[in-house]
This record gives sequence, C-alpha cells and structure tokens, in this order.
Amino acid sequence: MNLQSRFGWVMRWESMLGLVLIVEIVLFASLSPYFLNIWTLSDATFNFTERAVIALPLALLIIAGEIDISVAAIIALASVAMGLAAGQGVGTPGLVAVGLGTGLVAGAINGALVTLGRVPSIVATIGTMTLFRGVAYAVLGDRVLKEYPASFSVFGQGYLVGPLSIELTLVVVLAVVFGVFLHLTRWGRTIYALGANPIAARWSGVPVDRYRFMLFAVTGLCSGLAAVLLTSRLGSTRPSIAQGWELEIVSMVILGGVSVWGGKGTIPGVLLAAVVLGLVNFGLGLLNVPGIVMSIIVGALLILVVAIPVIGQRWAAARPARRAS
Amino acid sequence: MAVAVQQETSHPILTLSQVRKSFGGAHALRDANLALYPGQVTALIGENGAGKSTLVKILCGVHQPDGGEIVLDGKHVRVHDPEHARQLGINVVHQECVVFDNLSVAENIFISARPKQGRFVAWREMRKRAAEILKQLDVSFDPDTPASQLSVAQKHIVQIARALTSDARVLILDEPTAALSHREADDLFRIARRLKDSGCALLFISHKFEEIFALADRYVVFRDGASVGDGMIAHTNTEHLIRLMVGRSVEQLFPKLETTLGEELLRVENLSRAQEFENVSFSVRRGETLGIYGLVGAGRTELAQCLFGLTAPDSGSVHLNGKAVSISNPADAVRNGLAYVPEDRQQQGAILPFSIAANVCLPNLGSLAPRGFCNRERELQLANHWIGALGIKATGPRQNVGDLSGGNQQKVVIAKWLARTPQVLILDEPTKGIDVGAKSAVHAVTSEFAQRGNAVVMISSELPEILGMSDRVLVMRRGRVRALLDRSEATAENVVQAATDA
Amino acid sequence: MRMTQNSAARRDLALGFIVLLLFGLVTAAFPQFARPSNVAEVFDDSAILIMLALGQMLVILTRGIDLSVAANLALSGMLVALFNKNYPGAGVLPVLLLAVGSGAVLGLINGMLVWRLKLPPIVVTLGTMSVYRGLIYLLSGGTWVNDNMMSPGFLGLVRFELLGLTVLAWLAIIGATVAAFGMRYTGLGRDFYAAGGNPSAATYTGLDPGRMQCFAYTICGAIAGLCGYLWVARFAVAYTDIALGFELQVIAACLIGGVAIAGGIGTVAGVVLGCLFIGVIRNALPLVGISPFWQMGINGIVIVAAAVLSARRREDKRSILETQTA
Repeated sequence: MNLQSRFGWVMRWESMLGLVLIVEIVLFASLSPYFLNIWTLSDATFNFTERAVIALPLALLIIAGEIDISVAAIIALASVAMGLAAGQGVGTPGLVAVGLGTGLVAGAINGALVTLGRVPSIVATIGTMTLFRGVAYAVLGDRVLKEYPASFSVFGQGYLVGPLSIELTLVVVLAVVFGVFLHLTRWGRTIYALGANPIAARWSGVPVDRYRFMLFAVTGLCSGLAAVLLTSRLGSTRPSIAQGWELEIVSMVILGGVSVWGGKGTIPGVLLAAVVLGLVNFGLGLLNVPGIVMSIIVGALLILVVAIPVIGQRWAAARPARRAS
Repeated sequence: MAVAVQQETSHPILTLSQVRKSFGGAHALRDANLALYPGQVTALIGENGAGKSTLVKILCGVHQPDGGEIVLDGKHVRVHDPEHARQLGINVVHQECVVFDNLSVAENIFISARPKQGRFVAWREMRKRAAEILKQLDVSFDPDTPASQLSVAQKHIVQIARALTSDARVLILDEPTAALSHREADDLFRIARRLKDSGCALLFISHKFEEIFALADRYVVFRDGASVGDGMIAHTNTEHLIRLMVGRSVEQLFPKLETTLGEELLRVENLSRAQEFENVSFSVRRGETLGIYGLVGAGRTELAQCLFGLTAPDSGSVHLNGKAVSISNPADAVRNGLAYVPEDRQQQGAILPFSIAANVCLPNLGSLAPRGFCNRERELQLANHWIGALGIKATGPRQNVGDLSGGNQQKVVIAKWLARTPQVLILDEPTKGIDVGAKSAVHAVTSEFAQRGNAVVMISSELPEILGMSDRVLVMRRGRVRALLDRSEATAENVVQAATDA
Repeated sequence: MRMTQNSAARRDLALGFIVLLLFGLVTAAFPQFARPSNVAEVFDDSAILIMLALGQMLVILTRGIDLSVAANLALSGMLVALFNKNYPGAGVLPVLLLAVGSGAVLGLINGMLVWRLKLPPIVVTLGTMSVYRGLIYLLSGGTWVNDNMMSPGFLGLVRFELLGLTVLAWLAIIGATVAAFGMRYTGLGRDFYAAGGNPSAATYTGLDPGRMQCFAYTICGAIAGLCGYLWVARFAVAYTDIALGFELQVIAACLIGGVAIAGGIGTVAGVVLGCLFIGVIRNALPLVGISPFWQMGINGIVIVAAAVLSARRREDKRSILETQTA
C-alpha cells in the first residue's frame, strides 16, 4: 500500500465523516424546525468544544503510539484547584493560571511516569486517572464549589462576535495550530515516525522521550484549558465533573481516523469526528434521550470504528483469491 | 571428525514431491522436492526467499500446501497443525525463540506433552523425566531453572530436548547456529549426531558452508521456490553449491576499492560497560574500513550501540578528529558525525509502512525543513537522488519500504544516513539475510563511502566478508579485544583462532 | 519448579509480610481491628474483589485487560434482580445460572472481538464498558430494585454463616483455592501462562493465544456475572451506577499482587494478597478518621507505585541480546 493509497484511504475516511455530518444535519433539521437557527447551532457546539480542546493534542499523542485516559480526571483536578483558589479570593487571571498550571503539572507527571519511570502509558494513566480523580474526591468529598468571580464566566459563556462563542473560536484556533504542526512541520512528521516504529525512530536520532514528555505535558495543559472552559461554563465544581469524558474524547480521536496502533491519523478527521459526536449528543438532548444512552452509542461506535477496517481488510484480502481460483 | 557413512540404498522416511505454496499472488514454493533418510543429515541450502522457511512451516503444520504430496513412512499425510506434526514425529528447532521465559526448563520441555496423573499435571514426574533428557544431552543446567536465565544456545538445546519427549523421526534444525559461538555450535552438532545415530532423519538448514560440510551427509539446493539439485555432500564442493544457489558463478563478491588512508578520525580508549565489553581501544583513519569480527556474545553490537549513544559507557573515552566527545544519546552521535546501520533492518533500521522518501528524510528533517515547514518537493528530490546513487530498485520514492527486497531495504537505511554526510559509518551485520548478488552492491556503497575520506566500521560474523572488505580486522571475544590484524596478515585461521581461543 | 517459583514465591511472601505488617500497625493503634468479627468483616468485604481480581488475572496473564468487569457485574446484577422481582418463586438456582450465564456472554463478546478481530483490549473493553452500563438503564428504565422487592432466598444466601464466615467469604476462599489448584495442576491453567508468556511460541506448540484470551475474557465475565448477583444481594439494591469505577480497584489489586501487565506472570496468592491489602486499608480508613473519599486516591497512588516498581524490575532483568525498547 503506497503513499497514494494510504492517503486515498484517509481521504475516504474523512469524506465518510463529512457525509455522516451532512446526514446528521439534515436529519435533525427535519426533526426540529429550530435546528437550523444560528443560535441553536451555536449552543450545539458546546457539546464538543471542551472535548475537542483535549481531543486535538490527544490525537497527536495516540499517533505517537501512546495513550492518556487520565484527561477527564485532570479536568476534575484542575477544576478543584481553581475552585479552592477562587474560594481564597484569587481573581480570574489567577484562576486561569491555576487551571492551566494544574493541567500542565498533571501532564508532566504522566510524561515522567512514561519516560522516566518507563511505565507503559496505559497503566500509568489508569493509575493517574484514579489518583487525580481520587484527590478531587478526597479534597471535596460531596461538597460543591461555587464561589467564582463574575468575570470568570466569560470563557465558557462569552461570545466573540454574534453567535460565535469564545469556546468555539478557541477550538478553531487550536485546530489550526495543531493541524499545521502535525501536517506541515518536521516535528509533526517525526511524531508519525515515532508512532509507526519507535525503535527505528530513536535509532535514527529522534529524541523520542523528549517528544513523549512534551506530548503528555501539552495534553495535560489542554485538559487544564478544558477545565477552565467547562468550569467557567458551569459556574461550579464537583468532584464528578467530566465523569466519563475520557471515553468520549478517546472515541472522538479514534472516530477521527487515528489508528490505535499509532503512526496514522489526521487533524481534520478528529475535528470532523468531534463535530459529528457533538451533534449526536445535542440531537439526543433535543429528543430528550438521557445521557446514558449516549454512552451506549459512543461505546458501540468506538468498537465499530476500530473493527470496520479490520473486517474490510479481510474482505479485500479474500477477494483476489476467489478471483484467481 | 567422523566421516559420514553413505547409505545410498536406504529408503527415505519423509519425501516431499512437487509441493507448491503461494501467498496472495506470490509463489513461495513452486516445485519443492525433498527426501529425508533415517540416520542421515540432509542440508537444505538456498538464498533468502528461496522457500526454505515456507517449507519448514509446511512440515511443522503452520501452513498447508496448495499442491504436491508429503509421504511419511510410505503413507500420504497432511500435517494439520504443530501438535499433529509432533504426534507424527516431526520436530523443529526454530531460529526464533520458541521458549517460554516465564516457565521453567522442565515445563518448556514438556510444553506439548505434560505428564499427567489422571487429569492433573504431575510435576514430580515432569521434573524427573526432564532431568533424564537433559542428562542425555549432557548439559549444565537443571530442569528447575527458569528459562529466562538461559543463554540463546541453551534455549536451542531446550528445543531439542522438547523433540526428545516423543519419538522423533524427523528433526529440522532451522539455522540453529545463527546465534551460537563455535563451542556452542559444536555441542549442538554433537547432540545432532547422537540423534542421527539413533535413526532420526535430520534436516539441517544453514548458510554456513563450513558447518554443512562438517555435519551433513546429503544436500538439497532450493532456488526461487524450487529444488534445483541434490546429492551426497561428499560429491560436491562450495563453488558447486553456490552456483546451484545463485544460478551463476559469482565472481567479484567483494568489490573493495583502493583507498588512501588519511589521519585518525575515530579513536576509542579503554571503553568499558559492565557485563558487555571491557577496555576496548582502537582507532580508525580516514579512508579506512575496520572490520570487527567475533562470535555472538563477543560484545560487538553492544560496543557499536554504546558508541552511537544508545547506551552509556561506564568508563573510557571516545575521540573524533582528535577531540574528546561525550555522546549520551543517538541525537548526540548523529550531531558528531556518526551513523549506525543496525542489525535488524526491519525492526530497527527502517520504518516499513512508510515510503522510501519518508525513511530517507527522517534523520535529515533538520536540514530539509530548517524553519520547521516541510517541503515535499525537496524531500522527493532527496529520495530520488539516493535511489539513483545507490541503485535502489523501486517504483519510486513513494513506494513503501516494506515492499522492497532485503537488499534494497538495507540500501534505504544506508541512504538515510549517507544523506547526513556522516564521517563514521557503523554497520552491524550489513548483509545478513541478503542475497549473494545484492551483498556486493551494499559493499560497493560502503567502500565508495570510505574512499571519499570517511571511516567505516563494519561488524560481521561472515569471515569472507570481513577478510574481503576490511583494511584492518579487530577481533573481539567475550567483551575484549583479542587481536588487531592488518589486511595483509589476516587469514581465516588466525582471525577465527583469536575469536575462539580460551 | 522450585526455582521459577522462587522469584514469584519471594514476591508473594514479601507482599504477605507487608499485608501482615499493615494489619499489625492498624491493630496496634486500634486493637478492635483484630477482633474475629472484624476480620470476618474484612474478608466479607474483600470477597467480591478477590473473585473479580482472579478473573482479571486470567485476562492480564494472556496480555489483555478488562475494563468492563464492573459494568458487566452491574448489568448482570440488575438482570437477576429484575428476574427475582418478577419471579420470586423461582428460587436461587435459576438466579445463579442467569447471573453466570449473562456474565459469560458479556465476557465472550469481549473475547471474540479481541480474538477474532484482533482489536486492542483497551479499546474493546472501554467500549463494552459504556455499552453495558447504558444497557442497565434501558433494562431498568432508570428505576431501582430495592430490598423489599427481593425474595428472602435471594437475599439470604450471601448472608448465611458457616463457622463464622458468610457464604460470600467462603465463596471467595473456595474460589481462590480452586483457582490456585487449577493454575498449577491443570493443562488449561498452564496454557494460560504459556499463551501469555510467549504468544508466538505458543502457536508453534499447538496453542492458540487468541483463543486463550477469549477463554480468559469469558471466565472473567462469568465471574463478574456471579459477582453481580452477590453484590446486589449483599447490598440489597440494584441500580444503574452500582460498582461504578470498581474495575480500577480490581486492576489495582492485580498490579499490587504482582501480575505483570506484559503478561505471563502472576499468582493466585499474590492477587489474593493484593485484595487483602486494599481491603485492610479500606476498613482501616474509617477507624483512622480518614474520609472514605480518600479510597480512590490511595488506590491511585498504589497503582502508580506498583507500576513503577514493576517497570523497574523488568528493566533489570532484561537481557542485552533482546531487542531493546526505544
């Protein structure tokens, strides 16, 4: 399979996603006359913006051959940190710093466990997921933190111009940044190599551990950013914040065409997947379907997305033989 | 050395006739014919890709043939799976590690045939019978040893021991000495001869003519998936066998170019790393090719990897162009002008699912994209340049490296380094598993590199290669330098002697 | 056999020592901790964890992981609770069969996806975890099944006491004994170790490592199903969120117990000790005055510590001639 067909396959995946998106929009538009209202659509975006902020760096991480399922727990930890800081009277800029800083430190811990501790990323992040969420619960118990300054709500509830929310703007900006980085720069190219064959990459002079650490740190930082956005939008912090989001975010990345084995995937794909999943979430909400049903869909979708290429390959491999005989 | 007794009139215990096998559209075997005789060793010779490993997999039940017949003891058989093969008495000692590190030696030996008491595993009996078998083989380890503590050679012996748990009619040895020292190989042959004497039919697959002539009674040569010749070993010689293997006589295997030796480029002083190598010192001059010979376990690869920054030395120093350098990771090494072509080109050297261009450009991205943004034009140009310069047979720079032949894959790995214009090129078994024809192409490249005023360090276990291509030969044994011989004084005898002397 | 067991045995002994030490420390500060009734309580509390961890051990041994065990437990538990609510006269036996059967099917789904389609276990079980959880909601309509809807037989079985220990605790003890015996003395048990220790070598010896993985997931699922009944009966309630996040405790117990995430290494004794470790801590927390909300955090610290230690051990043992990791 040469570069052409590999690109061809990817293009097909994204086209498929684009198609699904169009079908979704048509479906929802026909089910509800309010759907195509620009403000409704703007509201809909909140279903994926915070998750997309994390899905973008996570995509790079998975392409590089690692995984991080502690991202939702990092949101919780950062949110708790911000809530406590707010309780101490820290102002909005300080809160943002606390949120981002907590995320960055958490990501660095993940990075250190994987690069220095040499723990496989799946085990390390299962551990930190439990640890970070656990600390959030331990600190808050069953309390809720609500003392955020009024200006803090601008991130999650503010709009840049008209119906264009600050969150959506942020997602677009990040998508462009990550997209350019991954697809057009040499560091992005190196990340693909790292995921496809980490040994050959290292032995070609790539400082693999430095890349991994940075990717975990950035993922943590973006989780902190997501925490700022989410907490700002909700206006409160509970230890159960973003519970179950790790599944949705990983699903977004995999649905976006990123291979679980590393070395393959694109940013446009992940962005499309984010929108597709976000709309599904929104649509189900419109139809008054409880959130837990969403998790059935996401779970099944995750398995399907990984299974279909395998089944497809087997089917394709079986065909020439039949033709020959 | 006992001379093999010729038994022209005995009947073969196992015959393969016109066996065919293809995968997808590619033929692995077109017309395989083979006969194995009890009490005799038959050598199976052929280049890589000739079909030897497919044949082995068919015999041990991993693959099913598409056509042809297998006759065992006068009866037609189809070997359904490895367990069935074992029941039929066909045993294989594989090249790869098929030993379970997390289990004991005893359990490994009886992995397919656990002694039972009723429905439960009888550990005491297992240990006892394992001890008996190991005693038969005259080895130094006991059945309770965890397999993880064994050396590669000892693991091979465990595989043979496994064959002895049942009535072994046929034993296949697939390149068994690839990772063994001479002494260990001798041990293995002693055991093989004992099996042969007890009536077992042995199939011995090897690249090493020395061993073939020492051990085998008969030979079969494969080329391009078909058997092209067979006969008694006593009636043939190396040249004849090579001609059958390659289809032509191969001259000029070692195209070493004349070079003028310049000043010292690389100097290593008393380099040591615990449990790997000790007090290694040598120097390489511009234009020089230093061959490093030694058996597995001699520490050559460990030395190369240390020089390249994959591991850190405990003591000693490395100097480039007279200046001491500190290399703590591959990135440092590359910056200092070193390049390393590793032993396993598929897992360590190249990224198989990527294109030639992607592979060649990976270590060169710094110069191809100085401000960060990649330029596909320039990348393709670079790839095309090297495809031409090294004569890489491919459909273009976008072809996946995984689709290329072994020799061409190796050229891609070398190309990616040459593009960085290193001063010292370290090659680890550069022509292992590469066809005779393609080997000389790789040698031509390295020789030309040296001629341009650079240094080449070539690690190899193949004597002809070492003797043919080196200006000087460094011989290592058990982590130490045993000899440093000039091209004019190095002979097969004194090199091997230095490598194996106690 | 002695020497392979030696390193495993040494590790288990060290862990056993640590658990005893922990127990001793808590008892020293709070003597009531060592009362027989309290010890029985600890056992009772850890019983379900022990059983689930034994199942998880099989999965991790064969180089897999199962994040769906808690969801499996909850779904099977809800299933039998509803069955019992609607057919209280059917007795306990059909309930047990239904629980085990349901769990086995759910586990089999995991196993087939991993075996036949060769999908990565982490993705598969992440997916099935949410599907199974969601199915509980669909099954129950979001309503709870309370103790007044459960038959006396249903509730009574787990509470029945023999020699001071509940049936629940006895199940765990018997289960662990059977598992220890099976892993050592049956071909199937040894096959798990072989398939996980070197899957490519296993194919050459007639074993199908994928099929062994499928077995492992099915057994793990069946145990989870049974534990679903036990949980629901013990706590006398069934709702969507029971045992939420419990899979992490199960995995933590396995990691503490010395089960290697890379496969092929792990003992029943170690797993049981790992569960007791967690059990002692969990029961000691209220005594020491630490909020139970710390349980999760402590589990996290323990998983991370166990993982780092395990990785360090692997590094030391690695032979130089093997392919190095980047």
